[in-house]
Amino acid sequence: MLKYTEDHEWLRVEGDEIVVGITAHASEQLGDVVFIELPEEGREVGAGDDVVVIESVKAASDIAAPVAGVITAVNAGLADTPGDVNADPLAAWFFRMKPTDMGAVEGFMDEAAYNDLIG
Amino acid sequence: MLMADLRRTALYDLHVAQGARMVPYAGWEMPVQYPAGLMAEHLHTRQKAGLFDVGHMGQVVLRGKDVAAALESLVPADLQGLAEGRQRYGLLTSDGGGILDDLMIANKGDHLYLVVNAANAAQDVAHLRRLEAQGVTVEVADRSLLALQGPEAEAVLSALIPGVAAMKFMDSRDFDWNGATVWISRSGYTGEDGFEISLTHGQAQDFAQALLDHPQVAPIGLGARDSLRLEAGMPLYGNDMDAQTSPAQAALGWSIPKVRRRGGAREGGFPGADAILDELAAGPAVTRRGLRPEGRAPIRAGVAIHDTDQGGEPVGRVRSGGFGPSVGGPVAMAELPAGLGEDTPLWAELRGKRIPVALAPLPFITPHYKR
Repeated sequence: MLKYTEDHEWLRVEGDEIVVGITAHASEQLGDVVFIELPEEGREVGAGDDVVVIESVKAASDIAAPVAGVITAVNAGLADTPGDVNADPLAAWFFRMKPTDMGAVEGFMDEAAYNDLIG
Repeated sequence: MLMADLRRTALYDLHVAQGARMVPYAGWEMPVQYPAGLMAEHLHTRQKAGLFDVGHMGQVVLRGKDVAAALESLVPADLQGLAEGRQRYGLLTSDGGGILDDLMIANKGDHLYLVVNAANAAQDVAHLRRLEAQGVTVEVADRSLLALQGPEAEAVLSALIPGVAAMKFMDSRDFDWNGATVWISRSGYTGEDGFEISLTHGQAQDFAQALLDHPQVAPIGLGARDSLRLEAGMPLYGNDMDAQTSPAQAALGWSIPKVRRRGGAREGGFPGADAILDELAAGPAVTRRGLRPEGRAPIRAGVAIHDTDQGGEPVGRVRSGGFGPSVGGPVAMAELPAGLGEDTPLWAELRGKRIPVALAPLPFITPHYKR
């Protein structure tokens, strides 16, 4: 089941890790994505730390770590095909991380609440 | 500015019906993109034909005996040598030697027809009124303006107005369409062949719809207009030039012909002439150059350019930059020291890192004009 942040990220819980990407709404707002800079695997991050840079044809945006923890994997292929973020935002994951406190993930929105947010 | 204070072109309803995202731009509410998105719109224009609403731009008619000579007192171009039915690019210069605006000037026989930038239109018209002392009348032409750009533009437009096929790049002529006069020039802001079409507000929606009904035509927003002109190496007023930028610094000295330069038959006689002509003769200290960054990250306006991979002061700055969909990578135009050799290694400072960038000739794409 997916959780959503107010910053238009989706999170998918897999065991003791989460997988993070951005929502279709976010990818539409960004426009065509042309460049993605991913974090280093093994990096320790705090909640709200900027970890990904996305450049669209329009502007640069930062993606923050939704919770504190350690980056365990990144979708390196995405750097070569950044347009995947527009084509299929739910498949185009950015990174996996192991949260320090898995309970922190519970506080994020479910799909219905997120849909209310974006109207 | 509140959206309610923004002006709308005659095509506003058409944009909304096409699903455009409307944004404030130079005091107007304009389409920045349609559902296809900037990248698809850009590539469509290079491959087929794109329709642009440029009705926010200022259109001005100048009349009077010796109107071309009079306008030469504000624009350092050869306007007396501009043949009837032809159009030329020019600059309005400031007393300080900077650029007040760039514009197109067409000789329409008994008058000159000017197209100026939307953001500067009111200021330009006030400036042009200086010519009234020389017997010139200045009239704002309250009309719509469309651009149809791309390799299929001629085939599409000539289905409505057959005569346009005989026009050459920078021709400017009048045609009849449904009983009214349409002013057409073969020019544009994309690097592609194409046309700019001035018509009454009442005709605009029907004409635009007739073009859009053609399967080769898609509507194109301001976002793709910017990436198309950037790839074509064309400067944008407010980015690549302004009142603090001279013609030579903007790499627009080509628009000032010998006849208006030092030793020419009609040397000077325009605002800022002394400084502008001295600088053209000596060469500017800085000028506009093309840059290709390594990798895929765009470098945008304001990014500092360095000549070392760490430390030191910037040698210049990006004035226009973004992703070039046809180039397939980032492209930029920067203000840099004029003497830099082609192979000079340079770096852009991006998010605290130095990205290698290479000087590149302008334009970034091969233009396709019908000469």
